[in-house]
Amino acid sequence: MTEPVLEVSHLKKRFGALKATDDVSLTLMPNEIHALIGPNGAGKSTLIKQIAGGLRSDSGTVEFAGRDVTALGTVARARAGLGRTFQISSLAMEYTVLQNTVLGALGRDGHVMRFFQPVMKNRKLVDQGMAALTRVGMADLATKRTADLSHGQRRLLEVAVALTLEPKVFLMDEPMAGLGASGSKRLTGFLHTLRAEAPILLVEHDMDAVFALADRISVLVYGQIIATGSADEIRRDPLVREAYLGAEDAA
Amino acid sequence: MAREPLINIILFALFPVTAGVAMVLDEPFIITLMTKAAILALAGVGLNIALGLGGLVSFGHAAFFGIGGYAMGVLASHAQSYTPIMETPILIEGTKSMLVIWGVAVVAAALAALLIGVLSLRTTGVYFIMITLAFGQMLYYFAISWPAYGGEDGLSIYIRNDFPGLNTLDPIQFFAIAFTVLAAVLFIAGRLAKAPFGLALSAARQNPERVETVGVAPFRLRLVAFIISGAVTGLAGALFADLNRFVSPTMFSWQTSGEIMIFVILGGVGRLFGPVAGAALFILLEHVLGGLSDFWHVYLGLLLLLVVLFARGGLIGTLAGKETAHD
Repeated sequence: MTEPVLEVSHLKKRFGALKATDDVSLTLMPNEIHALIGPNGAGKSTLIKQIAGGLRSDSGTVEFAGRDVTALGTVARARAGLGRTFQISSLAMEYTVLQNTVLGALGRDGHVMRFFQPVMKNRKLVDQGMAALTRVGMADLATKRTADLSHGQRRLLEVAVALTLEPKVFLMDEPMAGLGASGSKRLTGFLHTLRAEAPILLVEHDMDAVFALADRISVLVYGQIIATGSADEIRRDPLVREAYLGAEDAA
Repeated sequence: MAREPLINIILFALFPVTAGVAMVLDEPFIITLMTKAAILALAGVGLNIALGLGGLVSFGHAAFFGIGGYAMGVLASHAQSYTPIMETPILIEGTKSMLVIWGVAVVAAALAALLIGVLSLRTTGVYFIMITLAFGQMLYYFAISWPAYGGEDGLSIYIRNDFPGLNTLDPIQFFAIAFTVLAAVLFIAGRLAKAPFGLALSAARQNPERVETVGVAPFRLRLVAFIISGAVTGLAGALFADLNRFVSPTMFSWQTSGEIMIFVILGGVGRLFGPVAGAALFILLEHVLGGLSDFWHVYLGLLLLLVVLFARGGLIGTLAGKETAHD
């Protein structure tokens, strides 16, 4: 039996009377894409923050590659190999596209306390940054200012920065948002190959992408996972149809 | 956009050219003004590392400026009175050596920045401004109430400190020392901004979440930036005290913090040569407008208002255009 790379057990988070995360457990197996879906306000973003380390859980544990990281913050979890992309692009806007990926490569490399040699002349870091841009098809935009990118290009740059980290797990929060039909299709193809490098926990609203990619899907409603299973199982699950997919899928 | 380096070179060359012409025309006062501008620019270059690169709006850099000044004052006053600073457990004597004084000033300011930074960098925004201001004021009142070193009256040092091979009392030679220090620190600060540390620090200013996500803690970056920043401003303080041959609690006052910040804002926040332009402009205005009216600060205020409202890049930004992302 293979061990899960990421194991979330009985996570809880309460904001006053609201149970934002209510006893959530899930696993991410090697080479797997595990999609997390749910209606707006279901608690997906809260759960992602708890897994990434930005939000402390009331109880429960997060284990990562067999190591309990519950007590660690965002920085330590990133160093442990968690590569996260944000729902709302979170980039250094004044920098060029390449500088953002070089920053990622620098974080991966870890030697940030160097004060004298120009970082953009560091062949190794720049090559890593360019390689990540090439993989998402953004190499020709390398010298463009990030603030001048379109929304969809920023989404892709988020993914490219995560690639430079060479993480053990990808945690992607709606990477398809704003990409448009063709862009979404291209990224779907890319994520499909990416799973060979590291498993992906994918929060996504684009159901075509989710059903095309996910080995397993978990459905989060009101802070609880009401079902986990393959695409077919989720499509057939009466609870899910009622709570989430609703009438539109009944056709 | 190669305009900025050209403007920087012209601006920088104005210092020695003006001082040289003043020497030929036998105008030592002008040389002293240029020396003052170079030293104040140095203080601004220090602040700019925290403020421009790190986004840390420190309103307490007078603390480091004053510590540098008092490092000079304490060491030189003991040397001129031939009394040791302490005898037990080890004998520490004063000194008139500028190089030793600079070393002490830099280390003392860096240590103070470490302490102040550890406490204040846990806050952000207006709280950070207030805490740094509070530390500056603490040191100000401490200096006022410390009779051993002049208290409110400050300390006079009769003869400028020694630099190997130079006559430091000759205005042009002291100018050369201050200008060389400024040039060296500008070189280091320029490298720093482009180094891995600079990339990460500036990214932490733009988006701390991004930096955390790549596994780097913004706090550490900011603390190191604050220490380097304080050390540079401390060095400027030692030079400033030497220029005046006088130290007083005024160096610690919040007005001093404000003035250092004005150099940075006038010249251009985050621009390497911004504080140089800002300090030069400040000295020019102080000299020209101050000659016309006792209320020259009103005009300075108006100018500052215009810069903040219409020319965010300051003098350098207005002349050189939008900043290019560093290559």
